[in-house]
Amino acid sequence: MKDEDIVERIQKNPKFMQFVTMRNNYSIVLSILMMIVYFGYILLVAFNKQFLATKISAGAVTSIGIPLGVGVLVFTIVITAIYVRRANSEFDAAKDEIVKEASK
Amino acid sequence: MIKAKHILGGATALLAAGAVLAAGADLGQAQKQATNWTAIVMFGIFVGITLWITKWAAAKTKTAADFYTAGGGITGFQNGLAIAGDYMSAASFLGISGLVFGSGFDGLIFSIGWLVGWPVITFLMAERLRNLGKFTFADVAGYRFDAGPIRTFAACGSLVVVAFYLIAQMVGAGQLIKLLFGLDYIVAVCMVGAIMMIYVLFGGMTATTWVQIIKACMLLTGATFMALAVLFQFGFSPEALFSKAVEVHSKKDGIMGPGGLINDPVSAISVGMALMFGTAGLPHILMRFFTVPSAKEARKSVGWATTWIGYFYILTFIIGFGAITNLIPNPADYFVNGDVTKGLNGGGNMAAVHLAKAVGGDLFMGFISAVAFATILAVVAGLTLSGASAVSHDLYASVWRHGNVDSATELRVSKITTVCLGIFAVLLGIVFEKENVAFMVMLAFAVACSANFPVLFMSVLWKDCTTKGAVAGGTVGLISSVALTIMSPAVWEVSLGHAKGSAMFPYASPAIFSMTAAFAVIYLVSKMDSSAQAAKERALFPAQLVRSETGVGSSSASGH
Repeated sequence: MKDEDIVERIQKNPKFMQFVTMRNNYSIVLSILMMIVYFGYILLVAFNKQFLATKISAGAVTSIGIPLGVGVLVFTIVITAIYVRRANSEFDAAKDEIVKEASK
Repeated sequence: MIKAKHILGGATALLAAGAVLAAGADLGQAQKQATNWTAIVMFGIFVGITLWITKWAAAKTKTAADFYTAGGGITGFQNGLAIAGDYMSAASFLGISGLVFGSGFDGLIFSIGWLVGWPVITFLMAERLRNLGKFTFADVAGYRFDAGPIRTFAACGSLVVVAFYLIAQMVGAGQLIKLLFGLDYIVAVCMVGAIMMIYVLFGGMTATTWVQIIKACMLLTGATFMALAVLFQFGFSPEALFSKAVEVHSKKDGIMGPGGLINDPVSAISVGMALMFGTAGLPHILMRFFTVPSAKEARKSVGWATTWIGYFYILTFIIGFGAITNLIPNPADYFVNGDVTKGLNGGGNMAAVHLAKAVGGDLFMGFISAVAFATILAVVAGLTLSGASAVSHDLYASVWRHGNVDSATELRVSKITTVCLGIFAVLLGIVFEKENVAFMVMLAFAVACSANFPVLFMSVLWKDCTTKGAVAGGTVGLISSVALTIMSPAVWEVSLGHAKGSAMFPYASPAIFSMTAAFAVIYLVSKMDSSAQAAKERALFPAQLVRSETGVGSSSASGH
């Protein structure tokens, strides 16, 4: 079957729009989460330097800003990994299903 | 800011973060150091190996597809390393570790900024780019838009970003070679130009990718070793490392909290936006998504790239603190005239290189120097390749010849462009030798997020977007980001030498205004566009959506 026909059949399949909406919502939620974490940290740097320089415990040298900052780095890696894992298994399976249906 | 000149001297040219700092930083010219034969020999070995790979790659590079995208045969893991290689520039390595050495905590703020663009690319762009594009990101926007205007615009956007980035890298190479190898500026610029042209001309994307992979592995290995050596000294206790650092550093406890880097929230958010969305508009990064065979591999690529880059930034933070604890107690070995207040030999960006000597001796320092220089070479090769593809694939083959051109001719045009870009880069490197180019990488990011990113984003995700809207909005973003950057303090006062306080645009980055303007103009012009062409473009959206979401009909990238 030609690609054009498959494309047309996928367009007509209501499951396809459902799939796209579901996945886009997921992407957008994760993107917003990332922005909240990052811009939150930056605004903390701009507005509340004192807080970031507070020590993690009495007598310690390490400030709260350091584990928080490293936390943002780790969060970035983890949130990317979560998306990639889900997209490569669950989303791809759903997508393959839709394409297969249209290719019959 | 303490002695910004020392902290940010020398290779600040590379340090994009420096653009933000540049408001108060005077870019010192690097002092030529004694000839470092260990480093030169190690670099020679690197070049030898990569040229051998180029010879192997040349045998595989026959068509335009091979040249632009390595025939689409790179795996996700390999591509992830190559993307990390493209991104972990000498600026990140020397610049951020130098910034941590000088100001402690502030270095961390910058490394975070450099990383947060990656999830956005993963969630919104990677897969759709792979499914819609073939060789360049203009293919993506060109899917349903009028090829002439949109590709001309995309090629301009690419070339502007590539040119600014290239200048920063070339000047950085020249300054670094004086520090690392003890050779002349001009030698560095010509050498980088010549070797890079050999990689790209003969080995195309295959060679460029493998050069990046090797470099990324060397850089990650070297940095891991240094960070472990530092942590080992303190029994793997960060607290012990930090308390020693606070004890010896002249700022004392000041290195444990935010310094004076970010004071006004508008600049903070604007710089943040430029970094976050600019990454998603860099042509040499975007083009890497076409080298993998499927959307799945494209996602894996960014997953790996984010992991390696994030890991690397954590290492640079430890390395910076390691430099504080290892170098400051031994001023005679590492500081100008043995005086800590006079700054490190060769400037603040040499912190990582000196630390390499402290923990691993001359041989390891040679290795780290060679890696730092190899880094520039690899990044320049990637940039040139993406510039060449913008000219040959978008301007020549698609716009000028309307796609009626065979692979061999297109390949020949890419190679001619590569040579032209190589010569252009060398000349610019020489012209800008004495200039303060710290702002150039930041400018590249500003253009990428204000011109390339909005056009890509809207063309892929918004059904009503039209050619007119995309071109108008992108052009507004391009012009406003460049103009506002020139009017900002970092360029107007520091580089152009106007009086302090005379800059018309007071913020560190234009992104918050220029990117918003680009999106607004794309929206308004598209909405008002009622031409027949616009109707045709809107009608094509459902088919584009199917392809971008499922990959049906997408280019296998394995040839025409």
